[in-house]
This record gives sequence, structure tokens and C-alpha cells, in this order.
Amino acid sequence: MKPVAITQHTLTTALGAGRAATLAALRAERSGLAPKQFLDAGLQGWIGEVDDVDAVVLPERLREFDCRNNRLAWLALEQDGFIDAVAKARTRCGAERVGVFLGTSTSGLLQTELAYRQRRPDGSLPEGFRYAPTQNTYSVAAFVSEALALAGPSFVVSTACSSSAKVFGNAARMMTAGLIDAAVVGGVDSLCLTTLYGFNSLELLSSDICRPWDAGRRGLSIGEGASFALLERASDAPQGWLLGIGESNDGHHMSTPHPEGAGAIAAMHAALASAGLEPGEIDYINLHGTATPSNDAAEDRAVAAVFGTGTPCSSTKGATGHTLGAAGGVEAMISLLALEHGLMPGGLNVQTLDPELRLNYLRANREARLGTILSNSFGFGGTNASLVLGAAA
Amino acid sequence: MSLAPMFIQGIGLLGPGLPSWPDSQATLCGSTPHQFVPSVLPAPPRLPPAERRRAGAVIRLAMAVAEEAIAHAGTDPQTLATVFSSSGGEGSNCHSLCETLASPNPLISPTRFTNSVHNAASGYWHIAVGSRCASTSLCAYDGSFGAGLIEAATLMHTNAEPLLLVAYDLPYPEPLNTVRPLPDNLGVALVLTPTPNERSIAELRVEALPTRLAAAVDGCGDASLDALRTGMPAGAALPLLQGLARGLARPHELVIDYLPHLKLGVRLAAVGA
Repeated sequence: MKPVAITQHTLTTALGAGRAATLAALRAERSGLAPKQFLDAGLQGWIGEVDDVDAVVLPERLREFDCRNNRLAWLALEQDGFIDAVAKARTRCGAERVGVFLGTSTSGLLQTELAYRQRRPDGSLPEGFRYAPTQNTYSVAAFVSEALALAGPSFVVSTACSSSAKVFGNAARMMTAGLIDAAVVGGVDSLCLTTLYGFNSLELLSSDICRPWDAGRRGLSIGEGASFALLERASDAPQGWLLGIGESNDGHHMSTPHPEGAGAIAAMHAALASAGLEPGEIDYINLHGTATPSNDAAEDRAVAAVFGTGTPCSSTKGATGHTLGAAGGVEAMISLLALEHGLMPGGLNVQTLDPELRLNYLRANREARLGTILSNSFGFGGTNASLVLGAAA
Repeated sequence: MSLAPMFIQGIGLLGPGLPSWPDSQATLCGSTPHQFVPSVLPAPPRLPPAERRRAGAVIRLAMAVAEEAIAHAGTDPQTLATVFSSSGGEGSNCHSLCETLASPNPLISPTRFTNSVHNAASGYWHIAVGSRCASTSLCAYDGSFGAGLIEAATLMHTNAEPLLLVAYDLPYPEPLNTVRPLPDNLGVALVLTPTPNERSIAELRVEALPTRLAAAVDGCGDASLDALRTGMPAGAALPLLQGLARGLARPHELVIDYLPHLKLGVRLAAVGA
């Protein structure tokens, strides 16, 4: 594919709001995970909660969208001059030529979960409950389109944990097809009871902090996050480049990856082909690395099959938690920070590296000039997406 | 610059009073008035027994129309990329989870959780047909069919590979039905190819039209069908299906709904016309 310029990007996770806070946490090898409960959920575990989401107040004109997911989206939009950068692109291209493609898994579902606790005697939902701008899967893209006054094509991609990686492909294809000149991509997922109790029911939630690539890993720690990138056809001063994307399906099982990572291998090959790069030309791999026993084992085999075992790699989910539908976007933005600052983030929380896993897994930060990064995102339903990102210059 | 044409090779349809594509022809042509008869969702025969047991209504609806389109097209589903689009997945599953989560110390079913992801239908489909082709699952609220169609047209333009588009919506039980009233199940599937072949039914072109420049959205010319068109997100496809059912002696141009600020212009023509 023709490289697409990334002219602004931002992310907000448990590591902090915006790029500077994220970079500082990565440099300090600090995790944003904490042993606490979300609301009154009686589950033992660590979560990656973003500070002060509850305190976010949406502008009056956007008040109908009020819910945790859109508050988190707004908190993230306000960082790093993102709103101004989009305004300039809107002036350059016209509002109708800027698309909005965002990933989410559960959208504003928490709003509905809480409303079900307040049903009236006749079973109806409490006064003031609004479905479309909160619970509906599209709500975050409707909110962001409205907030940024954009009028191009827009939709949400909801393919579980690959959602906000796949949106980069939607935007790039729409540019190639001539439908748009720029796009806001990324994703938002916020903590809710469905995911906490759901992953717990599948015995995929760790009661300990998540430990990707550790011999004793017991599952994931759920986090929340939001990330946004502005993509444009060209730029004199990009912050990075989208060089390639590969997408595939496992066609194997709803909640367990293919044991040999067959779909993941196909996605990585497709991403490299789309970028016109050989495996040896990738400097660092940001792994999906959820810390479930089966994900890390399958991903280790898949990456080794494509790259061999030499390429430095790590999972940053030990720092952010698994932000589910937001993870692909969050890790794309972490990869852009890594490219910009020559920092390969070490994978946190490893006590004993799993001897069964063969990749060159970084347990501590490593500084080096980086030109290209591949970022993996895999999800329930067997969806796989791999992005190839390139340094600005 | 316009999007490359697509060629429709197979059609699937299931909704109230629309039991299948062939059995809906008279209604879509206007020779028989539409009758709202609630749809019946068949069990998906292609799924392995374990997955079939776990398959809820969303899987049954999406797979029924996908199967019909594949059979109509006479194509190998393993070779097709897929675009699934829905406003909300399985309403009854969502209701059940929210009810359980409102109780003290909730224990939710792992199957219910797995089936709650928006891409559940796509996941089961790719397992059923053993396909590793790329798949996406989209939502644009009432514009979900439009989102699926413009993504399909974009994929066709850039990749020039055959694909399966499936749009499907299911109702919520109360209390969510009051805040998101959807009258029944409705699913539409199209097998689309980049080049015409002997099985092609029509040429399909899609363009994005800012609402300020677009003509009014086309209706169905039948009050009952129009209620489905405006009351179900996948119903936005009905005028397109009517055009196909009525035949394409002349090219047929229509405007279908997508977003408040953006419509889709659709042009149907006989193959080779």
C-alpha cells in the first residue's frame, strides 16, 4: 500500500492522559495496573483504570452522549492538541472528506448495566436513559464525529480485541478509493461489568497482575483506554507512517486462538506484503501478549514462524492492562512513541520467562534507533490484525 | 474518481413476511402486498454440533441469509472475505447479561459472554466454513447497512476480490425494546465479485453522497415494506432488492440511507449493459 501519513496522535490509559505521561511511565517501566475493584464488582484482580474519568464533563452540546466510554473519549481527544490538528485538517480537506473509523468492544454498555439496577417497578429503565448515544456500538464514532464537526463516512469496527487496529485499514482503503482525504482512527473501550465478569467466567482473568510471557502467567488484567490518530494522504511533517496492514480470521474457535497461530501468521505475512517489507526489516514487534496461557503460546509460535526468534519484542499489556477493543489503537500509538523516541518498552511483570516461549522477549527497556514496528492485535471470534508503522523520517 | 463496479452473484433475505429471496419476489415486485408475518430462524446446519448448541438468534439469522446467498451464487464460502454489519447484535443475549449483572454476585454464562461480542456472527461463520479470509464487523446504528455497503465497495475497489456482505438486526426484549424498538429480525446478504461471470445477476455501483447534494431517499412504495425500511437498519437494503426483483431492463438509480449527513447513491444495471 501507499504509506499513509500519521499527522497527530494521542492516547490515554491507566499510564496517564496524553503522550508525555505515557512516555514517562514507559521510560520508568511503571505499570498503571492496581489491585482494586471496579465499582462493586467482587472480583479479585488488577485493573487498569484511567484516573478521573468520572470527573470528565462533556461540553453542553455533546451532553446527550454522556457515559463512561464517551467521557474517556473526550478526555483523550483533549490531549496533545488533537482537536486543533483535526480542525486544521477539516479546513484543508472539508468536513465531508474526513472519515471517522473507531474501534470499540463494549461502547457505553456500562450505562445500561447500571440502568438495569435501577429498573422501575414495571420493569422499565430509569427516566433519562438514552440508548443510541450511549449503549449502541456506534455511539463513540457518532460522538467523535459530532465533537470534531466531521461529516465524512463513519462507522465503528467491533471485532473484539482487534477492533481499533483494523480501523487503520478502513481509513487507508477509503483514501485509496478516493472517498476521503483524511480520517480520524483509533478506539475507546472503558471498564464495564460484562467484560470483567465475562472474562472471569471464561477463567481468563488473572487474580494476580497480568504477566505476559511469564512461565506462571494466569491470564489477563483488564484495562481501559482511548487513542486517536489523524491520518492524511501526505504530510511535510508527519509524526509517523502507516506502512502496512494485514487482516485474517482463524476460523477455529470463538474464544481460543488457533494453537499454531495460523490466522495470526497470515495476518503478519499480509501486513509485511502490504508494507513491501521483509521480516528482517522489522526492528521491534509489539505483541498482542495478553498473558493468557494459550494466547502467548500461540503468538510465540506464530511470530517465530514469520520472523524467527531474533526480533526484539514485548507486550505492553503489563503496563496498560488489556484495553480490549481499544488495545490495537493504544498499542499503535505506543509503537509511534517507540519509533519517535527510539525506545523499545520492556515487558513488565515477568518473574520467570516461560522457557517454552522462544521469542527475543525484552524484559527491560532498550534504546535504539527504530525505523519500523509491527504491532499485533488478535480477538475473540478469531479476528487478527497486524499493523506496520514507520518512523517519521 | 468513482468506485469500481461490483457484480451481485447471490442474494439472501430473511425477515417478517420475507421468508427467502425467491419467496419474496412477488412482494418485492409489488404484485402481492407485504404482510408482516414474524420471521422464523432456522438452525445453522453447517456448524459443528458444539457450536450449533451455543448458536443464538444472531448466529441463526446471519448464517441463514449468508447460506442462502452462497447457495444462490454457487460459490465456495471458504474463499470469501466477509463484511458483517449490524446495529446491535443479539438483543435477547444482551438483556439476559444485563439482568444477571444487576443481581448480587452475578455468575454469567461463558457462552453468553462469548456470543455478546459484536463479531459473534462473523466468528461462527468463519468457523463453520473454515475460512481464514479477512472479516470485519461494523456498526453505524440506523446506518449499519450503508456502512457495510460502502465498506464492501471500498474493499472491492482496493482488493478486487469476491466478498460476502451480511447485514442483520434483531429486536431487544423489554425494557430495551422501548428505547430501541425493532419490530422483528431482518437479514440481507449479498455475494459480490469484482468481475462479471455467467452467474452475475446485476452490476452494482455505489457512491457517497453528502445529504445536502443528494435527492430524497427512495421509499418502497408499500407502507408495510416502508415501515421495515425505516424501522430496521438492514431494511435500508429493501429498495435495492426491489430493483433487483423487478428486473433491470433499464439501469435503476436510487438513494439509500446511511448517516444523517451522508447518503449512498446506488446504481443497478444489467450485466454488460
